[in-house]
Amino acid sequence: MTDPNNVLVRVENLKKYFPITGGLFGRVVGAIKAVDGITFEIKKGETLGLVGESGCGKSTTGRAILQLHRPTAGKVFFEGVDLTSLSREELRRMRPKMQMIFQDPYASLNPRHSVGKIVGEPLVIHNLMSGNALKERVAELLLLVGLNPAYMRRYPHEFSGGQRQRIGIARALSLNPSFIVCDEPISALDVSIQAQVVNLLQDLQEQLGLTYLFIAHDLSMVKHISHRIAVMYLGKIMELADRNDLFDDPLHPYTQSLISAVPTPVPKLERVRQRFILTGDPPSPANPPAGCVFHTRCPLAVEECRTLVPEYREIRPGHYVACHLADEAGSSKIITEVIPLSV
Amino acid sequence: MPTILEVNNLVTRFYTLDGVVHAVNGVSFHLEEGETLAIVGESGSGKSVTMMSILGLIPSPPGKIESGEAYLYDGYERRDLLKMSDAELREIRGGQIGFVFQDPISSLNPVLTIGEQIAESLVRHLGLSREEARDRTIELLDLVGIPDPKARYRNYPHQFSGGMRQRVMIAIAIACGPKIVIADEPTTALDVTIQAQIVELFLRLQKELGMAIIWITHDLAVVSGLADRVLVMYGGRVAEVAPVDDLYEQPRHPYTVGLLGALPRLDSRESRRLVSIQGAPPDLLIPLKHCPFAWRCEYAFDRCWEEIPTLQPAGLNRKVACFYDLERGKPRHD
Ligand SMILES: Nc1ncnc2c1ncn2[C@@H]1O[C@H](COP(=O)(O)OP(=O)(O)OP(=O)(O)O)[C@@H](O)[C@H]1O
Ligand SMILES: Nc1ncnc2c1ncn2[C@@H]1O[C@H](COP(=O)(O)OP(=O)(O)OP(=O)(O)O)[C@@H](O)[C@H]1O
Ligand code: SF4
Ligand SMILES: [Mg+2]
Ligand SMILES: [Mg+2]
Repeated sequence: MTDPNNVLVRVENLKKYFPITGGLFGRVVGAIKAVDGITFEIKKGETLGLVGESGCGKSTTGRAILQLHRPTAGKVFFEGVDLTSLSREELRRMRPKMQMIFQDPYASLNPRHSVGKIVGEPLVIHNLMSGNALKERVAELLLLVGLNPAYMRRYPHEFSGGQRQRIGIARALSLNPSFIVCDEPISALDVSIQAQVVNLLQDLQEQLGLTYLFIAHDLSMVKHISHRIAVMYLGKIMELADRNDLFDDPLHPYTQSLISAVPTPVPKLERVRQRFILTGDPPSPANPPAGCVFHTRCPLAVEECRTLVPEYREIRPGHYVACHLADEAGSSKIITEVIPLSV
Repeated sequence: MPTILEVNNLVTRFYTLDGVVHAVNGVSFHLEEGETLAIVGESGSGKSVTMMSILGLIPSPPGKIESGEAYLYDGYERRDLLKMSDAELREIRGGQIGFVFQDPISSLNPVLTIGEQIAESLVRHLGLSREEARDRTIELLDLVGIPDPKARYRNYPHQFSGGMRQRVMIAIAIACGPKIVIADEPTTALDVTIQAQIVELFLRLQKELGMAIIWITHDLAVVSGLADRVLVMYGGRVAEVAPVDDLYEQPRHPYTVGLLGALPRLDSRESRRLVSIQGAPPDLLIPLKHCPFAWRCEYAFDRCWEEIPTLQPAGLNRKVACFYDLERGKPRHD
């Protein structure tokens, strides 16, 4: 179905468990199943959005793909190479191609380093450049993200949040990566600044042919920037589809409720919109429910859901879902009109 | 509806080692009985300092309320909150005015049970006996949607999730039947599903109890279905205030136009490029002599650099602080 040459990243049954230690001797007494068996592909040049509630395993997924967390099980192929089988040295050589942009533009930059040093550091670590060549490359990178190259000598505290995020992006681009994990890159920024950073990411993708995994909890923004979207809940992918398919016909009850909870800046629409508001909180990933992990909050759950894990399957070309109630014809809807129509 | 709160020309500054922070620079607005007023603005625009000034919660030093009035109306009587003693303000806070803050964990006392914290307010403000306060607290926990309230009464804050803690804060805010509830970013730290629960809770409580709500947020989407009127703040000033539909459909201040353009839309299939407002908000250490939005504004002309625009009527029930008339596409003359 998908052209294998067109796939940049392939994730197969990826798991990442964190040990829970307890008792007097700090023995392992259980595991947090942060990521629990997920499979998907990211195509060259696309943006795959990853959404879900806090703690559902989005960041862990991003980190496990880049091998910043070594996975508990499963495989991650990058350009056809299984990263999980590589030694540290082999991985080091792959690193330049895969980078990460972090949520917090304040915490992720070393306050004692000049902007020039921060942006050029990866080039120095990988022994790729020094002297004037390095300076020129840093100037080029700053220009690329819309910053004045003269800022090279300044320090992070002299910049606004949006500018700091640009510095982080310039640094991530320094090694000419083909793939960038953007972990909530705009969550800490003000609305007017968010748009600047999102536009920049889109422009860079076009200019440089970048591939993004874009992690966020803001569904409107994910819809805006992504080509395809994966919805995660308690360590598993519930649904994955093209962005318009996902919003036009969400097959999973969790996706439906998530979309219905997102407010829009359209008062007339908000007043008449149907909502299905989930009750309670997500269960703990240390002790996920049996069967479908969503069954404890699912308004449509049947007996099967409590005992049998629904298979994550391609129900229509390119539209994947893990729900017992979905089939080719579609699925039951918890509300009749999940997508708000403009009024 | 009659006015219940009227704020005139509030000016609040902070005298810090770096200099004077001009946090709130002449803010005026009113609140009507039973309505929801949303106060929207970016980080540092002075939303919280405005509300803290009214509630008498500005730390002093470094903070100082330089001038202004904040009248709380009670029938034909009105009292200026800014002139009240600390004791009087303590009586008002949690009594006639309830409040909910963004971060429930730091506003709850970690060593007191949830029940004790709510009951304490009832004993203090309403003079209930311990027994009465306990029963009323359990009713309140039930009202804000805490399951099994009798058992939960004895829990400590750390045993509650973020959403449940926010429900407890709301229970405390409404405990004494306030006429006004001020909610400062009550859902910002929460997931969208939990945010929807809290919004629904507020709407239900307002219907049942009839209080007026001031909802502070930086998120124009979350208040669009909630507010009757919206007030937009920028650089410690009011940029624009209008009924909710008018503000979203026909924003009259260039900053509001920019904010709305910067939002992605869930309700559209094609992705247009987001409008980004270039540059950053003003540095509040520098007192301004011109429009605080001038250097980011695509409509700015000479006058915008010469004086500060004040709030002027601009249509029915709405006001705007801008020299440019967006509706007619030319400078305003007055
Ligand atoms: N290093 C770690 N050690 C132990 N547990 C961890 C670690 N990192 C994450 N977890 C746990 O794994 C689960 C998934 O966390 P993760 O950070 O991936 O969530 P997330 O979806 O990124 O959430 P958020 O939206 O809050 O960033 C959570 O329960 C979290 O507490
Ligand atoms: N105690 C303080 N000392 C010095 N400056 C302060 C103090 N409290 C607030 N300020 C300053 O006053 C200005 C307005 O702050 P305020 O908290 O009202 O912003 P806000 O609109 O609520 O922003 P946010 O959305 O980030 O909560 C900011 O520049 C802030 O740094
Ligand atoms: S007063 Fe002038 S600079 Fe300020 S917002 Fe209006 S047009 Fe722009
Ligand atoms: Mg995360
Ligand atoms: Mg604030």
